[in-house]
Parts: sequence; C-alpha cells; structure tokens
Amino acid sequence: MKRREFIQQTAAASALIGLGGMGLTSFAPATKKITILHTNDVHSHIDAFGPDDGRNPNQGGVARRASLIAAIRKENPNTLLLDAGDIFQGTPYFNYYGGELEFKLMSMLKYDVATIGNHDFDNGIDGLYAQLPHAEFDFVSANYDFTNTIMDTHVKPYRIIVKDGIKIGVFGLGIELSGLVDKKMYKETKYLDPTEAAQEMTRILKQDEQCDLIICLSHLGYNYRNRPEKISDLKLAEVTKDIDLIIGGHTHTFLKKPTVVKNSIGENLLVNQVGCYGINLGRIDFYFDADKNKAANGKSIIV
Amino acid sequence: MNYKHFILLVCLVAFSSCKKEVHLNKVEGKQINISDSLDIDQAVEDFIKPYRDHVNANLDSVLTYAVDTYSKGDGEYNTAIGNMMADAVYEQSNPIFKGRTGEDIDFVLLNHGGIRAIISKGNVTTRTAYEVMPFDNSTVVVKLKGAQVKELIDYLVKAKRAHPISKLNIVLDVNGNFKSAGLNGQNIDFNKTYNVATNDYLYNGGDRMDFFKTNDSLYVLDYKIRNVLIDYFTKIDTLNPVIDNRFIQLKN
Repeated sequence: MKRREFIQQTAAASALIGLGGMGLTSFAPATKKITILHTNDVHSHIDAFGPDDGRNPNQGGVARRASLIAAIRKENPNTLLLDAGDIFQGTPYFNYYGGELEFKLMSMLKYDVATIGNHDFDNGIDGLYAQLPHAEFDFVSANYDFTNTIMDTHVKPYRIIVKDGIKIGVFGLGIELSGLVDKKMYKETKYLDPTEAAQEMTRILKQDEQCDLIICLSHLGYNYRNRPEKISDLKLAEVTKDIDLIIGGHTHTFLKKPTVVKNSIGENLLVNQVGCYGINLGRIDFYFDADKNKAANGKSIIV
Repeated sequence: MNYKHFILLVCLVAFSSCKKEVHLNKVEGKQINISDSLDIDQAVEDFIKPYRDHVNANLDSVLTYAVDTYSKGDGEYNTAIGNMMADAVYEQSNPIFKGRTGEDIDFVLLNHGGIRAIISKGNVTTRTAYEVMPFDNSTVVVKLKGAQVKELIDYLVKAKRAHPISKLNIVLDVNGNFKSAGLNGQNIDFNKTYNVATNDYLYNGGDRMDFFKTNDSLYVLDYKIRNVLIDYFTKIDTLNPVIDNRFIQLKN
C-alpha cells in the first residue's frame, strides 16, 4: 500500500507506469526469500518419544524431522539449517556412541552451522573433538576462546553463507562454563563476555563484510527472570544492534511464537527457541526486496 | 532519443543501481511440531536402525537376577533397594579410593530421591541401571570434620527419610529423637575426620545437604553411579538385598 502511494507521488515512476508493464516485469524476481530452520537442545533424542510417554507421546524423531526439512528445502532451496547447541546427552545413544550418531545424522540432514552447548562438553573437550570427523557442518562460537585447547582452529567465531546473492552472517555464543561444567571437562577453554563478542561480531559482519542478514546462534538461555544481571537472549537483543535473529537454547524454552524485541537503536529483531528434544522445528522466513523505498518504511514482522 | 526513451533509460539506471542493494522488508516466524503425522525419511530411518538395534540389544543384556521386586517405598528408614545402592557404591568405590589415598571410605550417603525406578523381580539388565539411575552423577569422596558429620546425622534424623546409607548406623529413640550413631559398632567420634562417599549432585548442595560445603578435601573418582550399578550387577549372580537395622527407630 505504501509503495503504491509513493509511486503515485513520483513523476518518473508515473511515466514508467505509462510505459506499460515492461519495466516492472523485468525486475519482478527482485524479491528474495531466505528460510532459516533451527533446532536446539536436541539432547541425543534420535528416536521419537514412544506412544506411552507421559509428556511428549509420539513427538520428535530425526527421521520425521528429515522429511519435513526436505519438503521445505524443495519449496525454497535458499534454506539454512542451524542448531543452537546441546546436541549431546540425554539418551543411551550418547552413552554408547559418544555423539557419533548425532553428528552423522545432522550431516545427513545437511545442517549448515551449529554452536556449542554446555552438555557438548559432557565427554570432555577431547570427547567433542573426537566426534568432529563425523560432522559435515561448521561450529561457530565468538566467545569461547579455544586457543589453548585441542579444539583450536576447529571452531570459528562466525561463518558467512551466500544464498541467492544474499549474504548471511552466522555467529555463535556460549554460556559461562564455570559452575555449570566441571573444569576438567572444558579444560583451558576461555569464556569471553557475550555482549562484547556480539558487538565485535556485528561490527565485522555488518561494517566489514556487509552482510544482508545477521544471525546469532546462542546457548546463553532465553531469559533469567530471577537473575536479571545474568546475560540472556532477551537481554542481549536489547543491548546490541544489527542482529536480525537470535536463535537460542539452553533453557529448553517452549515459546508459542518467536519474541519480537527492540534492539539498542529501536529496531525490531526476533528471538526464538523451540523447546528441546527435537519436538519442534523453528522456521523464520526473511523476504528481501531491491526497492530502497520500501526498506525506508521499515520491515514488517509477522509471527 | 525521444522523451520516452530517455525516461526508460533513467528508470533502468535507477533500477539496476539499486539491484545490488537488497533490503529486508518482511520477516515471518513460526514453529512446526514434529508430530507423527509427518512422513518418516526411510534413508535416515535405515541409517539409525543398526545403532538402535545394538543399543537395545546391549541395554537388554541380562546382568543378574532379582529375587524380588524392590522399591524405594518399601521400608521406613532404610529400604532394600537403597541399601543395595549405597553398599554397591562402597564396594565398587572403596578400592579406587584406597588405591589413590591409602585410606578407606568410612561411610556412604546417597539420597532417597535419587532412586528413579524400581527393580522388578526377574532379569536385571543394563536398561535397569539406566532406569534406576538415568542421571550422569558420579561418585565423590568428601573429607568431613566431625562437626559436619554431626550436621549430616542431624539432617538424616530430621528428614526421617530412607536416604540410602552404607557402613553408618543410626538409631532413633521411641519418640524419633537421635539416640546413637556408629561406624563398625563404635560410636562416631565427632572430633575425628571421616571419608564420606556420595555423589556430585549432593556434594554440590542437592537436596539441601549443605554440610558437604565445608570440607577438608574432595576426591572425584570419575565413576558414574550408573556404572557402579552396572559393574555391581555384572559381578553378582543374584540380587537379594534386604531391609536391615542400619537406620531404625526403637519401638519400645
């Protein structure tokens, strides 16, 4: 509606309309759509819950998630599949295979990027490292410094993926490990301030790399009502800028719909988390337009 | 070049110049439930199957035989299943602790809530161990001073629950008040230091067992309680634990 009003007010555009559909038709595919699919805290839940499960009967299961993801990819090939950590621990599959099956299946499902959750250290940092050959996807973390560990160079702060000419920057954030994970498990992994790390990432991804879309894969937790000083996804969203989507984990938060938050410069972004155990898949569609004037009116968020 | 051509040219230049720049103008978000109405991806399913079969076969491998069904609800201050767990922790952990320190574990304390399932009469499998102890808690040994051991016993006296213990004896009088506490038939000397085996959950203050906080030393044995049970079940022919008099209330 706004677009039409604008065009009517512009002499040149009026002339263009006068020329017939020719000009418009040639630019019709200007709208581009990027689909982001995501999971978090799957915790080795490879099989669906059984029919007798007291809480989640017949929910979840990797084979069903696979068919859903394949159908969405068919509908939009410009799809990214992401995971926000705690891939490990929760069923005997992890105790028997140490995460091998989890990584192999995520590779089959063509996950693009994941971040690291606290439970991914449950077999120690060496146990995580040992499973890396089975992962045909990348790990990102901007606030775990692995320099003095076996994981050094195997985890990047961010990754840039280009889909249909749209440049997407994905960076990772992890939760403070001290007090949550035994030091002998994470060894010399250094935890850096997530807010500072996020600010550095958005500067690099927005200013230097000129990304069109910036996604934060976070295992910080959705919100800590009783500990307002503790960093969380909602808090991070408010104090940073240039992030379009925070995909969270750790708190196993089941949201009815993604949360819209105003960032430090008053722009809206989305914070989402889809519970745990592979019961849900999150789906966020981003629509891009070449029309500058449309963008001037801000983006609409439909959740 | 007439007027119309010029306008067209201007328009084309204008459009191609902004073609490179894209702008986010709409975001749609939703959540999709992974329900049984979705198809199963057969390739993924076939890939999982050998892993599942192996895990299930292993989980269902028989380790020992239970003479009866044992539940944490059977017994007032001590239960057969709790006694078995605490005794298993002592039996399996003491050689490791002794090998490391040259000292013995004096007694074991676990928590009643930590027994997560019953053990049914018949075959006891690895799956049984996973059911009874689904959590990954590990055995730790804590060096406690007499004052903290006193707090520990006060806690048990007050709780009046069948928290599993091994090697420790507690007697309550007819009114349910503390009467005596002993180790190896001797009263506890509250001026001495004792090696108490427990799990890392309780050590970290689980079940408000705060007395573990003030301690002289902590020994992490890297031995999961579940593996204690699996190793213990593997070792014995039959499982036949009993309710005994390790924690009792005098009747008269």
